[in-house]
Amino acid sequence: MSTPNHGPELHGLLAEFDSASQLVAAAHRTHAAGFRKVDAYSPFPIEELAEALGHHHSPVPLLVLGGGLAGAAAGIGLQYFVSVVAYPLNIGGKPLWSWPAFIPVAFETTILFAAFAAVFGMLIVNRLPQPHHPVFNAPRFALASRDRYFLCIEAEDPHFDRERTRQFLLSLSPTEVTEVAP
Amino acid sequence: MDRTPLPSLDPAAWSAPPAVHRWRGIALAVGLVAAAACLAGWLLDRDQMLRSWLVAWLLWLGVALGSLSLAMIHHLTGGAWGLVIRRQLEAATRTLPLLALLCLPLLAGLPAIFVWARPEAVAHDHALHHKAAYLNVPFFIGRTVAAFAIFGLLAFLLGRWSRQQDEGGGAASGARMRAASGLGLVLMVLVGTFVSVDWLMSLDPYWYSSLYGVLFLAGHALSALVLAIVVTWLLAGHAPMSTAVTKKHFHDYGKLLLAFVMFWTYLAISQYIIQWQANLPEEAVWFQHRTHGGWQWVALAIVLFHFLFPFLLLLSRSLKQRMPALAGVAMLLLVMRWVDLHWQAAPTFSPDRLALHWLDLAAAVAVGGLWLAWFFHQLAKRPLLPVNDPHIEEALGHG
Repeated sequence: MSTPNHGPELHGLLAEFDSASQLVAAAHRTHAAGFRKVDAYSPFPIEELAEALGHHHSPVPLLVLGGGLAGAAAGIGLQYFVSVVAYPLNIGGKPLWSWPAFIPVAFETTILFAAFAAVFGMLIVNRLPQPHHPVFNAPRFALASRDRYFLCIEAEDPHFDRERTRQFLLSLSPTEVTEVAP
Repeated sequence: MDRTPLPSLDPAAWSAPPAVHRWRGIALAVGLVAAAACLAGWLLDRDQMLRSWLVAWLLWLGVALGSLSLAMIHHLTGGAWGLVIRRQLEAATRTLPLLALLCLPLLAGLPAIFVWARPEAVAHDHALHHKAAYLNVPFFIGRTVAAFAIFGLLAFLLGRWSRQQDEGGGAASGARMRAASGLGLVLMVLVGTFVSVDWLMSLDPYWYSSLYGVLFLAGHALSALVLAIVVTWLLAGHAPMSTAVTKKHFHDYGKLLLAFVMFWTYLAISQYIIQWQANLPEEAVWFQHRTHGGWQWVALAIVLFHFLFPFLLLLSRSLKQRMPALAGVAMLLLVMRWVDLHWQAAPTFSPDRLALHWLDLAAAVAVGGLWLAWFFHQLAKRPLLPVNDPHIEEALGHG
């Protein structure tokens, strides 16, 4: 991490926009300008936004795949243990290892474990729960859950410069740009 | 964001490129050559030719009926995905007259296909004798005519209102299409179930599965989506559609394809598990015939290539956004639709012994070639986008 050249007293610069498409356009230009420590906030999920900011690969899908495979193994293993090892019962003359009968339960455990992996994996990757975040210091930020769209260039970014970054954000025609205390 | 200028919404700007006429010519030539081979097959081995023709006809009937279903689903639910492929779906629904025509050899040769249509077989079989009130030739033909009349009327009305919308009919046409689609989807499930029982399940008149109709229709939707994806990929290489189709649309089609692959698999495996679990002789024998003597390898191929490989491939986000890759998976699925139908129909005539006749392939290509030629002819008749739909700008990413 390079040392920021602005003093430690700033989390970043926050630009406010009126519409989702303005925010996406601004995110594209910010990414193109070389900023990487950037985050965007909107009242609802915007599909193109993550890509515009350069977030291409999230580890969550792999976690979900791992969870699903573990769930399938657990479901089949449980039924194998119960039907073949622990309590073998002859049902309708079928073999003890009757795998077609195990599919529905294995399917359900696959979904269950994959869903857990998705939820908890998402929380861990996002480092949630997080009781406080500096961006809440911005006075108008509460509007991010109503009808305003925000883009924050963080001071940790190597290209960050208090004055030049502010000029850059103003060039994206936001409604306003504010400084965010750490 | 890459904001290309809004494409023109003038219907004349969206007429089919010359390539569509070329594809029609290729399809027609291939179809006619294969049809000539089928004609020779008819003279050499009439029974085999009819049995092969049945599978081929059911495959392409599925594409047309599935397109009707998807078009109606889109009228009811809306969404950007449907507007870009609506004209492909509508053109496919207008192939029903051709499919009715291609059905005539089958209707003329029912005893070669269905055991219940042979009076000498019915006379010596108690079960068939009792089922004759439903499974008899005149009633069967009547049901087929009725099914074609219902589907044909739906396709005709939806196509007509869609054209009125192009001509500026606006909101009234949209409301009519929505209302007809609600009723039409109910009819599709009911009538489609009868078609599945008549044309495929009654090949083995002792066997029954109450899930069969929905499985049949899920296969149709899959086939129709395959056609829409492949044709949209072809069209995307030529003006004017090259300006309208984006990888975002393809991402949507990939997601839908994945959903339909899973839906079809869910139904197929449910049917299998229920009958395997119950293990009743009259039900289990159907799977017995289809999992022995070589047919088990076909069943395995269906599990691998109709479900597992497409499923795993379609999980990838980047594959879904790459048009040629998605079109490749789609074409694999169309081949597997044919394999699945062959696996359901052909063991009736060759239980416990794998059978693949050259006429099976010739018939699939003949019906497919003629069908595609008719389809491309219909596609070229109208603008490639429903330019007067109120949501068209949104669908093109300019909302």
